[in-house]
Order: sequence, then structure tokens, then C-alpha cells
Amino acid sequence: MSARQDIILEARELTKRFGHPPNFMRQSSLVHAVTAVSLSVRRGETLAIVGESGCGKSTLGRLLLRLIEPTSGSAIYEGQEITALKQREMRRLRRELQIIFQDPFASLNPRMTVRQILGEPIRLHRLASGRDVDDRVDQLMRTVGLRADWSDRYVHEFSGGQRQRIGIARALAGDPKLVIGDEPVSALDVSIQAQVVNLLGELKQDFGLTLVIVAHDLAVIRHMSDRVAVMYLGEVVELAAADDLYEAPLHPYTSALLQAIPVSDPAARGQRQLLQGDLPSPTAPPSGCRFHTRCPHARPLCSQDHPALEPAGDRRFVACHFWREIQSAGVSVPAATARRSALEMRLGLYRARQAERTQADR
Amino acid sequence: MTLASQTEIVAPRRRFRGLKKLARNRGALFGGAIVLFFVLLAVFAPLIATHDPFASSFTNVRKPPSAEFWLGTDEIGRDIFSRLLYGARASLMAGVVSVAIALAIGVPLGLIAGYFGHLIDGTISRFIEALLAIPSLILAIALAAALGPSLMNAMLAIGVAATPIFVRLTRGQVLAVKTEDYVEGARAIGLPHGLIILRYILPNVLPPVVVQVTITIASAIIAEASLSFLGLGQQPPNPSWGSMLNTAKNFMSQAPWMSIFPGGAIFLVVLGFNLLGDGLRDALDPRDN
Repeated sequence: MSARQDIILEARELTKRFGHPPNFMRQSSLVHAVTAVSLSVRRGETLAIVGESGCGKSTLGRLLLRLIEPTSGSAIYEGQEITALKQREMRRLRRELQIIFQDPFASLNPRMTVRQILGEPIRLHRLASGRDVDDRVDQLMRTVGLRADWSDRYVHEFSGGQRQRIGIARALAGDPKLVIGDEPVSALDVSIQAQVVNLLGELKQDFGLTLVIVAHDLAVIRHMSDRVAVMYLGEVVELAAADDLYEAPLHPYTSALLQAIPVSDPAARGQRQLLQGDLPSPTAPPSGCRFHTRCPHARPLCSQDHPALEPAGDRRFVACHFWREIQSAGVSVPAATARRSALEMRLGLYRARQAERTQADR
Repeated sequence: MTLASQTEIVAPRRRFRGLKKLARNRGALFGGAIVLFFVLLAVFAPLIATHDPFASSFTNVRKPPSAEFWLGTDEIGRDIFSRLLYGARASLMAGVVSVAIALAIGVPLGLIAGYFGHLIDGTISRFIEALLAIPSLILAIALAAALGPSLMNAMLAIGVAATPIFVRLTRGQVLAVKTEDYVEGARAIGLPHGLIILRYILPNVLPPVVVQVTITIASAIIAEASLSFLGLGQQPPNPSWGSMLNTAKNFMSQAPWMSIFPGGAIFLVVLGFNLLGDGLRDALDPRDN
């Protein structure tokens, strides 16, 4: 496996700013959505891009597919700089690069039947014609777990989970190589989320897809991704294999995100260090490290010097001046155990009381 | 799932669903019937007419409705019923043709302006705003005067004057629709701009346009009346409802039948088009059944 060959999609210093630069009429309203992001997606892997809302993760997803034009930087797919392609060439390439949208209610044309929706990319890219298109549509419906004879219905006749399956079927219709899921399950009920996550996993296996999943929920991501890129205010602050990241987060922002995951077992709850304050405005990102305004470990250097994404161990990257020191300081273990013993005591009391009650009832 | 496969409900292919829905809508049917009724009257006017619509008679000036003259006579003794039939031709044409012209120019311009934005939008929108600054009837009068007096030129003038409404309406709708995820989805599969506009934008923009069409047909019929009154529309002695109404207004108290019948005809046709348009809008929407 040579390192160059197995990279399917690459971002090089991708930057996107929205709005107008300042002029004599008005002040600057430039939103720094994505700033100089470089990362690569390996063939066959599932890469997750996570971060809180407004961090630019969806914008990055769209830049990678060139659904929006970057302000600077480039996206490279299969060694081809797609950000430099002509519109016509780009359209031909779109068959291989697909996207699943967050909101299954907004992402399907309400005036088309499912057959038309799924048939469109097939006809457009001339993958089939005539009767064969219908066969392929039926096959796609079954692939995503829907009944083929439902395909003459309009999308409003389906539930949210079913619509998302239709959205997935449409993304698959052109036989893609890479699919970006823009928060593909966050608009769905929790009970449906697991189904759709599993479906994506199966399809990835069956079709040999590469997946890029944009999400804000680390709990959902853990089960499906190989690597995770953590974004904060338009920058990647940590990039690591999923297991490494969840076991030992290096960047303080990553640990804060992980601590925000609800834990169902009270005994397993450690001490939480929740982030204070809001995400700073992306129109005026903080100086130095963009996270220093909310970082519990911030020092004077952090507000002056911008940390670059540097290698930290095996295929791992982090953008923090002090990640080594924070790592060696470790987690505050005693506090966690103290809480645990207090909890045990209260649980013991509760059980004793319950036992007394059942005794009295008899 | 097992239950569903046991009670196999085979969904019929729903191809004529819109038409069926239109047929179920009583208001639309009624509206359609009115419009059809007047269209038939206009087409078969020579067969139905009881008198020559152009023949004046000085012995029968301003006669009230009678067995001889069903709807009475006008100020030079012409039969109002017969003139109403022939006038239906000019008035329906004026309504439909001028709105068709406005649609044909306005909707594509609105689609292009809204979809592509930037300089294209700026150019089209500024031009349309300039047109809007002139009252549409004045604009129509100026155009009709410049083109020369004839019914065709009047229709053209009314059509051009009604265009800005359609451009603005369409553009506004496009701006709302083009931010929808499904439009981005269409770009994501590599659909060219033309097909995106045709398959994704246009169908979702159309419903309010259809309603606007029915309203504009009504005002176009009345605008034709105004132009005819000025001698820029239907040329006398050819009748149109508008020109009949315009002469009738001088005899409101002495001969009310002269204004009641053409006025009632305009009212009914406008009502018919409005009901039809409402039904059409509902039938075009697959969401509510």
C-alpha cells in the first residue's frame, strides 16, 4: 500500500470565506468558514469530520465536492485537481462523488416521484436506458431496504427514515466511489439513526465506498468511522484514528467534546469539564490559537502564536502548543473515584430502603 | 412487513393524477365550465347570433330587453346579445393572448435573473423596475399608440405591460426555491443548469404564477376595454366587451341593460378563470390530496 496511491481525495489549504471584504461603505462581514484545511481521505476508509455547529464542517464537505467554490486552496480527487476543472468536466465527475444531506424533508424534490428522483442520475450519466432504468431503480429501492413497488409515490408519502433511505439510494444511483454524508442521521429519531448508520456501513462494504461523514455527535461517529478529524472554528485541530482519539484525546477541545457525550452508567461518569462560553464569532476569529478563549489550559503564548497541525505519534496530528504537557498531566483520577464511592453509598442506601419496603408489603 | 406483503396493495402508476385531482375539484370544474361556455359562444357566434352585430337601426335605439332583442339594443340600435357574442372573441383573446405573451417573456426572465443572480439579475431587475415605474395602463397606451391601432397590437402592448409582475413574482420564488437542499442535490449529481431550472426550479415556482395568471387575465380584459375606448384596441364597429361597457357608461340611468350585460359577462369570465386557476394550483401540488 503506497501512501500516495491509496489517497482518493485530498484537501490542500482549502479556505472559504463568505461575505464581502470591507470597503468604504461598510465594515467587513467576512465569515471565515474554513481556513487552510489540509487533509486526505484514504480509499475505502470512513473519515469523520466532527465539531460543534458553525465550525465549518459542512462547508468543508461541500468544498471537497466543489459544490461551492473555494476562496483559495484546492481539492484533489484521484490525482486530479477538481477545483481547476471546467464545469462540463466537473459535471461528468460528479457521478463518482456523491452527497447525502442532513434534512431528508428538504433534500428531495417534492414534485418528483421516487422513480424520477432515482432514475435521473442513471439517465443523466447514461448508466442505463429505457426499461433498464426502471430495473435499476427497483434494485436501488431494495438495496436501501424499501419496497420496489413504492417507487411511483411522491416523497411526502414517506417517513423521515424512509426519505433518508431514498436520499441514500439517490447518492448510490450513479455508482459513486466516494460519498459524503452531511450529518446523515442527525435529523432522524434515535431509533431510526441506528438503522441508517448500519445501512451506511453495509453499503460501504457492498459497494466498496469511501465515506466522509460530517457530524456533531461523537457517539454516533465512534461506531462507523476509521479516522476522525476534529474541527474548531474552521480549522482542523486534531486528526487521528477513531480508537486513539476516543481513548486518549490530545487536543483540549477534543477532550471537551468527548466529555460532553452523555454516559448512561452513573458509575462510569468521570469528572466533567464542560466548555464555558460560546463559539467565538467566525467573522473575527481569536488571535493565536483559535481555541484559547475557551481552553482550560490556555497560556499567554496561545493568544499570540498560531499552532500548526503537527504530527503526534503514529499517523496522528494535533494543533496545540502544549499537547505533550497536557497529556502527561493526565486526567484527575482521584476526583472520579471519590464521586464513585459517594454514588455507591447512596445506591446502597436506596437498595436497603427498597428491601425494607418489600418486606413491609408482605 | 409481513402484514404489508400479505395485504399486497399494488400502487397504480399515477400518471394522470393531476388531471384526476382537477376533476374532483368542484370549484375548478365550475370555473372551467364557465370559461368553456364563453369560448363556445365566441366560436359559434355566427350561428347563435340573432341579429347582425353591426346593423344599426334608428327605430330601435336603446330598446330594453324584449322577445325581439333579448338583451336590448345600444345607442344606435344594434342588438346587444349579438354584439356580446362577437365581443367575446375580442375579449377572450385579449385576456388569454396578452397574458400568454407576458408569461412567455416574464417567466424565463424571472427564472434566469433569480437562478444566476449577480450581474444578470441586476441587469434584468433594474430594467423591470424601470418598466414598473410607469403605470402599466399608460405603458400599454403608449405602446399601442406607437405600434398603431389594432387588436393584435393592443394585446401585445397589454402583454408587455403585464410582464414585470411575472418577472418579479418568478424571480422572488426562484430565490426561495434555489436555496433548497434538493437543488444542491441536483447539482451534486451533475445536472446541467438548464435541466435544474426546468425540472427543479420551474415546477416549484409555478403555483403562485398560475394564480397570478388568472388575476392578470381579468385585468387584461379590462385593459383591452380601456384601450378600445381610446380607439387603440378593437376597432369600431367591431365589438368587444370593454368597448361596449365604455359607451354604455354614458347611458347608465336611461339604458342600464347596455352596461349590465357586458359587465356581467366580464365578471363571469373573470370568476371562471379565477376558480380554474385555484383548482389548477391545487392539482399541480402533489403534497395534499
